[in-house]
Amino acid sequence: MKRSRTGKLLLVVAAFAMIAAACGGGSTATPDKCTSDPFGCVEVKAGTPITVGTLLVISGPNAALGQDSQNGVVLAADYLDGTFDAKSGQIDGHDISFDNQDDGCSAEGGQTGAQALASNPDVVGVIGTSCSSAAQGVADKILSDKGIVLISPSNTGPALTSPSQHQPFYLRTAHNDKLQGAAVADFAYNELGARTAATIHDGSPYADGLQQVFADTFQQLGGTITAQEAIQVGETDFTSVLTSIGTSTPDVLYYPIFAAEGALITQQARQTAGLENATLIGSDGMTSTDFLNAAGSAADGMYLSGPDLTAFGGDQSFYTNDFLPAYRAQFGADPAAVFHAHAYDATNMLFAAIKEVAIDSKGDPATDSSGTIFVPRTALKDALFATSNFPGITGNLTCNADGDCQTTATIAMVQVENGAMTAPVWSKQMTLGN
Amino acid sequence: MNAAPSPSGSTRRIPFERLPVRRIILVALSLAIIYGVVAGSAATLRLGQFTGANWRQLVINGVARGSVYALIAIGYTLVYGVLFMINFAHGEVFTSGTYAAYFVAVGFAGSGFLNTHPLVSIAILLVISMTVSMVVAIVLERLAYRPLRGAPRLVPLITAIGASLFLQYTMRGLFGANVRSYPEIDVLQGTWNIFGTEILRKQAIVIVSALVLWIVLYLVVAKTRTGRSMRAVGEDREIAALMGIDVDRTIVATFAIGGALAGAAGILFVFVFNQVIFIMGFLPGLKAFTAAVLGGIGSISGAAVGGLVLGILEAVGPNLFLTGAAVPSPNQLQPVVAFGILVLVLIFLPGGFFGAAGDERA
Repeated sequence: MKRSRTGKLLLVVAAFAMIAAACGGGSTATPDKCTSDPFGCVEVKAGTPITVGTLLVISGPNAALGQDSQNGVVLAADYLDGTFDAKSGQIDGHDISFDNQDDGCSAEGGQTGAQALASNPDVVGVIGTSCSSAAQGVADKILSDKGIVLISPSNTGPALTSPSQHQPFYLRTAHNDKLQGAAVADFAYNELGARTAATIHDGSPYADGLQQVFADTFQQLGGTITAQEAIQVGETDFTSVLTSIGTSTPDVLYYPIFAAEGALITQQARQTAGLENATLIGSDGMTSTDFLNAAGSAADGMYLSGPDLTAFGGDQSFYTNDFLPAYRAQFGADPAAVFHAHAYDATNMLFAAIKEVAIDSKGDPATDSSGTIFVPRTALKDALFATSNFPGITGNLTCNADGDCQTTATIAMVQVENGAMTAPVWSKQMTLGN
Repeated sequence: MNAAPSPSGSTRRIPFERLPVRRIILVALSLAIIYGVVAGSAATLRLGQFTGANWRQLVINGVARGSVYALIAIGYTLVYGVLFMINFAHGEVFTSGTYAAYFVAVGFAGSGFLNTHPLVSIAILLVISMTVSMVVAIVLERLAYRPLRGAPRLVPLITAIGASLFLQYTMRGLFGANVRSYPEIDVLQGTWNIFGTEILRKQAIVIVSALVLWIVLYLVVAKTRTGRSMRAVGEDREIAALMGIDVDRTIVATFAIGGALAGAAGILFVFVFNQVIFIMGFLPGLKAFTAAVLGGIGSISGAAVGGLVLGILEAVGPNLFLTGAAVPSPNQLQPVVAFGILVLVLIFLPGGFFGAAGDERA
């Protein structure tokens, strides 16, 4: 094991030479567009995959929601080559790989997951988050500061795309809750004929935003809001809050929260004086099999709102004949929520933008034979915001300057019957006004 | 905590007299809380939003949830009374039995046995839950606490928190992170009319079962040989050992009884709430610990009373105190109300309701 002094010296010199070569080589090969981009480029070396981050809720009581979206992302990568064959397709000769992080459906989870993704220099863009609370002021800020685009398939909180709070690299393919809250109020007032309503939220931006839009619209229509209550996530006994709400015997009780607490409120509301005849309405946070299992027979007859899958403006035959069979074949179950479709569209939007802006080492548009490719971050963001009439399975997507890509959406109400959701019983197309 | 018995109040007054500033602040704070409670309640009652039936229902709800807190709290209090340590993993002992019984309940429901033989099923579920919780509690004591018995008091406390997280995430790994729905038992649905008040059957069963279990436990601790050993070990472990009491065996018995009660509480809990999830023991465990402190930790009667008081405060408090004060979403402040009152009680009774009564310390 003994080496001569000159041998060691040679080794050191050789190492320095290699480092110098690597640096020099890198700098000469970096296209001008990367040096002029304030956030630089993501460099994808020849033979290595393009890394897409996901930041979805894949643990905890809302895992079904995030898992469903993640399946949509996987299927989008699969279909890059035009077939669902359980193998990722390619962009410019590169496979797609994923860096999957958990958003925990909370600000803390969004923080941890976004930081993990922000510290991975290979991440080109991120699909997420599942829950508005994980994005708002947390993941949207952390990733925007790093110049990484974040496209959410299921954030619906209105504040995320309000001009004063919108982060520059944030977009979403889910509908804004301004649409959903207004549609539910319309349904309650005009379709059900309700004149009084009470709401419950759980302190999350999603639930609070949604119930507020509902309450505002319901009052504009001429109805009365008898109570706007709030509960604590993790609690199990909501009889006190329900008794309080029951004293005003509202026609409708609207609680757009999540599966665990939503199921308990559904059961306990049925036993509360003053709420026996109230129509119960939840929203897409509860549109999951977890909710239906946990609520049991108490959920029968209640309504759940969400984007209308059957009214997607996109290619219906593709969705039912190709997409759904592939989903079932690869994940062994029917979709547990509705956001896989939005996730699929979000991922395809990202792929289209990558194809558009990716360049080779000479700065020319990348092709299958380019080898190493570069994706300028700001150009990628600009390409996404310029998305116009992009054909998705949820309809044609056009992104506005605040990051909303679903400016019109059809919101449907489904009813729960014998522990399962029916086909939509009502739907309405809503358009985002400013 | 366990000072020699002294004329009531005299030990408490000394620190106040030494620190008049602190005393003034405490009294002012208490007066503010009392004023808020009285003024808020008066305003609510004047508002007339809630009927008498509403209030009765709220109190019954409070008693039902308080009964579950009380059963869990007894587990904390027994262990504290004997070992002077706080078994923070007790909430997970509660979850483990409930989960085990869940799988049996699903099997029973699938075969239809649950509704053809409801009483037998309930008895079997209860036995399974109590047994599993008991075993988990005993194993916990053997592996996590006994090796540290001679260590400073903070050490087993930290182990207990570690054990709590370990059990929680083991259950998450084993059973998944989903909320699972407990099968409904038909005989428990609906209401009974008791003295003109409609009571949900499941609530009535929870209240009665808790009362029965509490009486049985009280008799065990007061009358049996094991109970006497437990009290002796709690009084002075070394002297008890010199008197021929098997200290290890007594401590195991303490954990076993506490675990079994937690298992029973778990079954009562799912009768009312119909859900199991790996994290379900955390919040009730925390509340039960609070109840044990409120009642006077170490006292069995204290745990029962503390649980009931906390349950009723949570159920009635926000609606009674805050509705009239025009606080938006009063029930969101449920923990604030419950813990505000807790602080008030502890200012005047630092040992809790039954803290000084030595005769009931296990």
